[in-house]
Amino acid sequence: MIARLTRHPAVVPIGAVVLAILIGAVVILLAGLNPIDAYAAVLQGSLDVRNLDYTFSVWGFICGMGLVAAIPLRMGEFNLGGNGQLVLGGVTAYVVASQLGLPGIIAVPFALIAAMLVSGGFAAVSAPLATRFGIPIIISTLLLSPVAVAVASYLVRFPLAEKGSGNAQTPVLPEDAHIWSLGDLRYTTVGLPLMVAVMVIFYVVDSRSAVGFELRVTGANRRFGEYAGLKPGRLAIGAMGSAGAVAGLVGAIIVLSSPYRFIDGALISPGYTFAGLAAALLAGGRPALVPVTAILFTILQVGGASMERTAEVPRQLSDVLQGVVIVILALRVVLDRRRAGAGKDS
Amino acid sequence: MSIFEWSFVAAVLTSATPILFAALAGALCAQAGVFNIALEGQMLWGAFAAVAGSYYTGNAWAGVLVAVLSTAIYSVILAVGAARWKADPIIIAIGTNLLSLGLTGFLLRVLFDTSGSFAPQGLNGIGTMPFLNGIPVIGDVFAGQSVLVPLAFVLIVAAGLWLRLTPGGLRLRGVGEHPDAAATLGIGVARYQAWVTILGGGLCGLAGAQLSLGNVTLFTENMTAGRGWIAVAAVILVANKAFWLPVACLGFGAAEALGFRLQGIGAPQQLTDAAPYAITLVVLVIMRVVVTRRRTHALTPKETLV
Repeated sequence: MIARLTRHPAVVPIGAVVLAILIGAVVILLAGLNPIDAYAAVLQGSLDVRNLDYTFSVWGFICGMGLVAAIPLRMGEFNLGGNGQLVLGGVTAYVVASQLGLPGIIAVPFALIAAMLVSGGFAAVSAPLATRFGIPIIISTLLLSPVAVAVASYLVRFPLAEKGSGNAQTPVLPEDAHIWSLGDLRYTTVGLPLMVAVMVIFYVVDSRSAVGFELRVTGANRRFGEYAGLKPGRLAIGAMGSAGAVAGLVGAIIVLSSPYRFIDGALISPGYTFAGLAAALLAGGRPALVPVTAILFTILQVGGASMERTAEVPRQLSDVLQGVVIVILALRVVLDRRRAGAGKDS
Repeated sequence: MSIFEWSFVAAVLTSATPILFAALAGALCAQAGVFNIALEGQMLWGAFAAVAGSYYTGNAWAGVLVAVLSTAIYSVILAVGAARWKADPIIIAIGTNLLSLGLTGFLLRVLFDTSGSFAPQGLNGIGTMPFLNGIPVIGDVFAGQSVLVPLAFVLIVAAGLWLRLTPGGLRLRGVGEHPDAAATLGIGVARYQAWVTILGGGLCGLAGAQLSLGNVTLFTENMTAGRGWIAVAAVILVANKAFWLPVACLGFGAAEALGFRLQGIGAPQQLTDAAPYAITLVVLVIMRVVVTRRRTHALTPKETLV
């Protein structure tokens, strides 16, 4: 019975999280602070009823950035350029929403679609770079990302800058181009159901469609996939393109939400990209699990600020925990092998 | 703007040296068959450890030593995980890179009660070489540099010769090229790979120390800012050939140094910051096109290593 319980597929991820939290507690203790206070503050800050509005909006963004990593992960590729794709989407959405003078009803959808197209196209460039020129996707996405971030930063500081403001930010978007909020909530907007819809689409495509199957076959065994006539090059364009499109969508939603402007650095500094990557790795890329693992990193991210305020533990601890979870997950193969070995003996 | 003066050459060297150390680590690991993309995080840790060591002891060389040793220890995670336990080196590296970013930021707050950057009064940087001042060209280029700058080139040459001429180097290449064959000859493949990865950790410690105590004398959060990834790109660019690393890294150094000069005459900083990454990628593409074309004409399809 116990043996069967320890073989349950959820044991490894949950074990990794528990171990990471314990390691985090040791780090906090070594820093001369109180880990129980710190973790209590994390939970309180993120799950307090008054903060739930904000927590849910962040969960939506981390789920989105989780997909940005998870979709290419399905075919065994790593997209680490989420920051660039995110920012490019944000800046595109701002330009479309502010400069084209579109009427209210179509301004927001147009801005979202434009952001998805631009970021998707930008991310898809990495696919031919890998298949034609042999530059791994993990490298090209990482090298392209700072370029996109810098270009967006330049646009916000100069051509699109708010005149007379000391901050590197654009003017506020016209009222028509604000994304619709849900009821009278401040942070949660139509963006959240959109994100949920995107996750459902990914789940259905992944588990019910031929493309999803091809993606998973390629991820499990690329040579077998090629032998069976699959085209990894074309799959990579699709996977990177859709990952980039989701990142663009997240960036667009952030810019079209309160405070309704593009602020330099505001899309990157909350760390959605790497929280999403950690969520995707913890979920093993499985679409149905990404929203679940995203909850953990949302709590860490949102609660980090209140942990800093009330327990005086620096919020960088969230990044430490993300890193530790990923390292433990990578090392779990040892456990698997040992268990397999033990199974053979008995 | 005068590019063609010796001070510009000196600036190129300064920018290139941290990447050179990290790229050498990456190339050695690649030769041994370990895909090491943990360079960025190890370098960042090294930069922090060097500043902390120099701050507490008051001696820059103690800082360098702390950086080398602690980064080597830090790289044990990758060495043991990837080489011995055969875990995925990419996932471990993503984890340790994030861990470095978090841990250095966390310790900056806990130990020094500051965030963003740490540049205390009287923090000792690595010594320069003023005794070279009288010599015409060499003095202009090297006198203001830290001692680690020439060391980088010495290490590259030494590593290249070691790989080419010694039994140890041959075994290392064998381990990377054909692990099964190497194992048949009685070479402990995993042990070789693990030690090379740890040696690479030490080199990344040097890279970080040069960045935080050589190029400048301070630590800022995420101060490596992608240099470790440029080093990975440089390794791919030269197809693991250690002797060619200086060319690739000096190219990056030139892009960065040129960026500083262009900023001086009013070019926007955001665009000059992006240039090294864009240039690296473009050069990678061009190199691949050239190499593939040459390879199709060549009789032997497999290129010789180093």
